[in-house]
Amino acid sequence: MSDTNSPGATGGGDPGRASWPEYLGGESHGAAAAAGGSGRPEDQGPPRRVIGTPSPAASRTLLAQPDGGDGEEPVEPFTPPEPQDPVRAGKAERIVVACFVIALLAGLGFLVAYSLIGVGSLTATLHSNLALGGTLSLVFLLLAVGAVIWVRYLMPTVEITEQRHLMRSAETDREAFKETFEEGAATSQFVRRPLVRRTLIAATLPLALIPIWVLRDLGPLPDKSLDNTVWRKGLRLLAYGTGRPIKAAEFNSPGALISVGPEGFLADDDAMAKAAVIIIKFRPGELVFGPSTPPGHPTPANVVIPNWTVDNIVAYSKICTHVGCPAALYEQTTHHILCPCHQSTFDAAQGAKVLFGPATRALPQLPIGVDAQGFLIATGPFNEPVGPSYWERS
Amino acid sequence: MSWITARRRHPAAGYVVIAFVLVIIGTAYAVITSGYASAAPQATPNSAQIAEGRSLFLANCATCHGLYAEGTSQAPSLIGVGAAAVNFQVSTGRMPAAELGAQNDRKPGRLNATETAAIAAYIQSLGGGPTVPSPAQVSSAGANVGLGQQLFVADCAACHNFVGAGGALTYGKAAPALTAATPTQIYEAMLTGPEAMPVFNDLTITPQEKRDIIAYVTQVRAQPNPGGFSLGRVGPVTEGLVAFLGMLLFLVLAALWITAKHGKAHE
Repeated sequence: MSDTNSPGATGGGDPGRASWPEYLGGESHGAAAAAGGSGRPEDQGPPRRVIGTPSPAASRTLLAQPDGGDGEEPVEPFTPPEPQDPVRAGKAERIVVACFVIALLAGLGFLVAYSLIGVGSLTATLHSNLALGGTLSLVFLLLAVGAVIWVRYLMPTVEITEQRHLMRSAETDREAFKETFEEGAATSQFVRRPLVRRTLIAATLPLALIPIWVLRDLGPLPDKSLDNTVWRKGLRLLAYGTGRPIKAAEFNSPGALISVGPEGFLADDDAMAKAAVIIIKFRPGELVFGPSTPPGHPTPANVVIPNWTVDNIVAYSKICTHVGCPAALYEQTTHHILCPCHQSTFDAAQGAKVLFGPATRALPQLPIGVDAQGFLIATGPFNEPVGPSYWERS
Repeated sequence: MSWITARRRHPAAGYVVIAFVLVIIGTAYAVITSGYASAAPQATPNSAQIAEGRSLFLANCATCHGLYAEGTSQAPSLIGVGAAAVNFQVSTGRMPAAELGAQNDRKPGRLNATETAAIAAYIQSLGGGPTVPSPAQVSSAGANVGLGQQLFVADCAACHNFVGAGGALTYGKAAPALTAATPTQIYEAMLTGPEAMPVFNDLTITPQEKRDIIAYVTQVRAQPNPGGFSLGRVGPVTEGLVAFLGMLLFLVLAALWITAKHGKAHE
């Protein structure tokens, strides 16, 4: 009986073939049983269904059918199990009813609030929103709470085993489907006329290609645009916020730090995203100097380039070389520059070399000097791309 | 008590007790460590005050900073740091330090305003340096709060958080929250760069700009906390995040409860 639908629907006396419930046969199961003792005459196959009409499965019920007509034991009429504790159940019932009644009142309250509270002014709209949202939330919340308490405390917790019908259709159904399908394929000439079939398939191919193709328009590739910042020789360093140029002689307190940007680009967020710089003033002797290097040339690691500084003032990119956060937590006692995102720590006294954290490159040093008025200027661009790595970085 | 006795073996009883104790401890901690006011005295130096400052210095500071504030291997020289640095360190309770270390946290001060002013006058007399700002210099009246915010975000927020809630630095150091700092102390901190903080002298950040920054800090920290609880003020919508996480937890627990098997199953 591997292909029975449910215990109650099992046809008697015909174990070899698929048992078709009575609603498929056009005659009652009981009558068939009375007439021949078997479910259906052998020659009567499953009903042929016309394509487009509802499937018989739609009318199939999952509940066991009381069926006493075929000589098996009669199924007892169903009696729902009672909750174990009637007192508790009674209490739960009252709570559920209270929930539903309040939900009803809240729902009515919504209608009342909708009619009474106008939306003419800002205050009235505020009150209207509060009343409408509040009552509607209350309705749904109490419906849910009531339903949950109902299920938890009123419904019995017997475990019900429900037989599931087989996923595989009956053999005769499958045959019928195959027949219908092949009939349809032949009638439509889909098989006989390959040119129509192939051109149809070919016509759909561009549709599959289109979504991939239009990905190109998500934006231009960065190409070389990430390699350079707007810093160039002669641009003054302006304090971020005030936009004031900075005199080297005034930026004279050891341990001082300030965020700066290039002259003319402070309001340009796209430019500042790469060009943000911090300048730090050191006490004499604190900086670890390397050899002098012209701007644009490769620099030795772990040292400050002396001719890129002005009187112990050093400028570093503010963009962390890990993922580009603004690394500007500076400790004047230890000369640590800390990036707040992932704790990459750089030593500002040693060319901002990495002391700790996920960053792998030192913060690039910006070559700076002073102009005729004594203001700090850049004496060249960064000699390497600032910020995190990217595909095109050489 | 019978109510408690009846429920003490409830599955949730343990969690309730732990939550209750945590709330008690948290509240007690918050009460004990709640703010203490710091006076900002005005130094009007005279020889008597300097002499008193000298004796106070010998009693409270000289052990580490040397008999003549010349510094030792354990503490820096104080010659030239100015009255502003002394007033900041002593009025915030950081000095006299509880122990040697790079990090001294704010604590109730041991010296009162008069004593602080005396020591400040003594240190000022040694080698000059930045003086304690006047109330007018730190007043928020007429300050440009917008510019103050821009400057704060550019140069202060990296360490102090953009609403001044403070944050961690390297190797155990931390930038303090600015919730308890008086305008005078904020000004002095910018001017003198206490501990690991960088210096922002008056030529780089002008006195007017310092007032703007102070106005921003005092204004942003005076904003009300939605729901009456600051949650550390670590972000613009901290309460939103907490509400989101709290509701998520609630929904998970509710789902567990709804689908849980009954304790007493029907036969």
